Amino acid sequence: MTADAGGVPAAAGRASSGLWASAWRRLMRDRVAFASLVILMCYLALVAASAAGFVVRDWSREVGVSYAPPAFMGPGAPPAPAAAPAATGGPNEADGASSAIADPLAEALAEIRRQLASAPTPEPKAGTLVFGGDKWGRDVLAKVIKGTETSLLVGLIAAALAVLLGTLFGALAGYRGGWIDDFFNWFYSVFTSIPYLLLVLAIAAVLNQKGILTVILILGLTGWTGVFRLVRAEYLKHKVREYVLAADAIGVSDARRMFVHILPNVSHVVLVQLSLHVVLFIKSEVILSFLGFGVGVDAVSWGSMLNEAQNELIIGKWWQLAAATGAMAVLVTAFSLFTDALRDALDPRLK
Amino acid sequence: MNPAPESGNLLEVRDLTVDFRLDAATTLRALKGVSFDIPARGTVALVGESGSGKSVTALAMLGLLPGTHATVLPGSRVVYRGRNLLELAPRDMRRLRGVEISMVFQEPMSSLNPVFTVGFQLREVLTRHLGLTGRQARARAIELMHEVGIPDPQARVDAYPFQLSGGQQQRVMIAMAIACEPRLLIADEPTTALDVTVERQILKMIASLQERRRMAMLFITHDLALVAEIADHAVVMRAGEIREQGSVRQIFETPRDSYTRALLACRPPLAHRPRRLPVIDDFLGGQVIAADAPERPRGVRGEAEIVLEARHLSKSFQLGKGLFGKAEFRAVKDASFRLARGRTLGVVGESGSGKTTMALTLARLYPATGGAVLFNGRDLSSLPPGAGLQYKRRIQIVFQNPYASLNPRFTAGELLAEPARIHGIGADEQACRAIAIEMLGKVGLPASAFSKYPHEFSGGQRQRIAIARCLTMKPDVLICDEAVSALDVSVQAQLLNLLQDLQDEYRMSYVFISHDLAVVRYMADEVMVMNQGEIVEIGDADELYASPRHPYTRQLLAAMPRGLIDPAFDEFRNARAGAGQAE
Repeated sequence: MTADAGGVPAAAGRASSGLWASAWRRLMRDRVAFASLVILMCYLALVAASAAGFVVRDWSREVGVSYAPPAFMGPGAPPAPAAAPAATGGPNEADGASSAIADPLAEALAEIRRQLASAPTPEPKAGTLVFGGDKWGRDVLAKVIKGTETSLLVGLIAAALAVLLGTLFGALAGYRGGWIDDFFNWFYSVFTSIPYLLLVLAIAAVLNQKGILTVILILGLTGWTGVFRLVRAEYLKHKVREYVLAADAIGVSDARRMFVHILPNVSHVVLVQLSLHVVLFIKSEVILSFLGFGVGVDAVSWGSMLNEAQNELIIGKWWQLAAATGAMAVLVTAFSLFTDALRDALDPRLK
Repeated sequence: MNPAPESGNLLEVRDLTVDFRLDAATTLRALKGVSFDIPARGTVALVGESGSGKSVTALAMLGLLPGTHATVLPGSRVVYRGRNLLELAPRDMRRLRGVEISMVFQEPMSSLNPVFTVGFQLREVLTRHLGLTGRQARARAIELMHEVGIPDPQARVDAYPFQLSGGQQQRVMIAMAIACEPRLLIADEPTTALDVTVERQILKMIASLQERRRMAMLFITHDLALVAEIADHAVVMRAGEIREQGSVRQIFETPRDSYTRALLACRPPLAHRPRRLPVIDDFLGGQVIAADAPERPRGVRGEAEIVLEARHLSKSFQLGKGLFGKAEFRAVKDASFRLARGRTLGVVGESGSGKTTMALTLARLYPATGGAVLFNGRDLSSLPPGAGLQYKRRIQIVFQNPYASLNPRFTAGELLAEPARIHGIGADEQACRAIAIEMLGKVGLPASAFSKYPHEFSGGQRQRIAIARCLTMKPDVLICDEAVSALDVSVQAQLLNLLQDLQDEYRMSYVFISHDLAVVRYMADEVMVMNQGEIVEIGDADELYASPRHPYTRQLLAAMPRGLIDPAFDEFRNARAGAGQAE
């Protein structure tokens, strides 16, 4: 109203900035959003480095003694399992030496010994690791970084898949209406009426193999329903707006109206949903892996770490649990705060 | 009867200055020292275009401005019966607002809570402010509804807002406002959202209420024609300043300020048809408008070639009724008319009369349920699929709301280049750009508008872009669906001039739809009156306005604000003034 005749000269004088640019400016003014974004960028950089193999390529090597405590706690009491083989090895060797005269296989034994001696000596195992070690002496820090890679990849790709499906279905159902809308609504109702875990188990059984790809497919194929509902509602609202009628009047095709005219106007909804689903799917992946439907034993994720930690906690080895939950809590919190700020920045009502 | 205790002024506004904070760095001075009086039992009209600060004045007086964005500067005073309202404690202010000063807003539908019955909402006011019991309040609510002219109030008191018409909702709002017998009623554009016939009834009702209740009134409006009919005093505002104030007679007969003169002149006159409407800049620039400006000939002449013809056109919508039932709503019934090249067909009617549905059916945005649309003698509904596109560009449409009809994510250039690209008018991207810039020039926008987004333009500029978008396709028929109704009168005049210039240049035919009878008469050769989906009368513009045949047309024309001092109201005003002196 004020921009009309009363004249707010500022708007006309400034260089044109699209709605995205002004939303970005609003986002950057928000200090929490900025901090969250920096944290997210650090995570992404770490994941990129680990995926490219610059760091933690050999996360599965057993570099420390079993249950090596974190460095800041100092080396614990001499670990019992490490001492046991040494203790049993001593007498065996002595026995072998004393009975050498009578042993017909002494020649072969000596040969084996020589070969053993020429083989590279195993690296001495570290007594402590930066953030401790697990049962097999694998570095927990490396596992957490590798787990972050798994979790973020699963979260991002599965969310992208779910939002893509949801947006496509929602756009078709909302814009076309009629039997297409009825079909998608029926599909949606059937999908959401099956208990979630049951559905996940069913899909896992059908796919019949463990791995990151399976988890992504499971989450992506089950997660589109929420996005579908929202996007469909937005399309229902927008398809009767005058600008869409105007596009129809100048002869714009249906597909172009759906994706070139309307989609940018509902993209704030899609973007916020994408961000929300990344958080949701990171948590879901953790739960799936914890329950054993997630990544296989050859991979590591926060969920499988938590699963291992379950048993470790009883014998007082808390660091794997702390590392996995800490990494997850920071990422999820940062992402959620960022999503909130993003929603505020993109909300058309605030303009 | 006790006479007015003070100088006769119920409320005095002095040097009211308000700043709006736009963002961290910029503030906008919305009111620049506004001063005026509201005499006891008088009616003061606050007139201005959007952004003039008229609503801000009313909100500031009542302490209703959002404190986070607006600051009332020290030195401002609003004196009500000896007390400065701006210094009142919030508690006292709230009591005053409910009981002594009350306000009616523009949109009745959004002012009433949709989940409560109107009776409940009226009772709430009565029990809260007057301490009535539930039973008393209900009886009083029915009385009040009777007083504001709602038929059958015993039954309507239990109705929900959506069950009432727009006019009845506004009556309920007024009933709520007068429930506590206020001394001052502030009405902020109370009739702008309503049809002319309803507007007329509401104004009459307000005037008689004021007489009976001995209230003063501040009437805020953008429509000078209404001011003449209801107010004693008028205050003309522009950009936060008072340009002129005085008695209504003085403002209308001898306006002193150039802006007031411009506002009075840029409404299309009813008696004649100047070739070009004067616009505000003419007056502010001090230009003298010649009294004998050339007239534009309009009217039906038989010889012209017919471009568009509707034959028994009808459009119905299927409404769900119950679980499985279906009801049919016939929005347009059996409409037949012809439109000649280079001519304008005006369409008038109240909201819900089917004007817009007919426009959208003509533009083939809705499929017709019956009848045919013939373009150059060819039936468009029987075209083979795929052949529609080449006809689509020939019939174009400009919508009412310039804020909704442009895609906010497209720049003006993209908006204009798109139709050129779709219809293969520009050979390549470069040619489409050139067409877009040419069309911007045609509608009076600079080439720098090319890369700007819709939100950077004012309402009038946006409507120019919408017109330019249609022009890129060189249509034969342009349908203007309330195309100037959402705009200020000064901007309206500019756009009407533009539309006529373009019609002269391209020989386009217009279907000009509006609820504004004066604008339609000015623009049209032939006028068609619609009521409840039917064409009740169609004929030469001047003839139809001079001697309407159908009773509905007569009723519609009678309700039109003339922008003149109506003798009947004048009598009423004099009677009231006489009564005031006698006391």
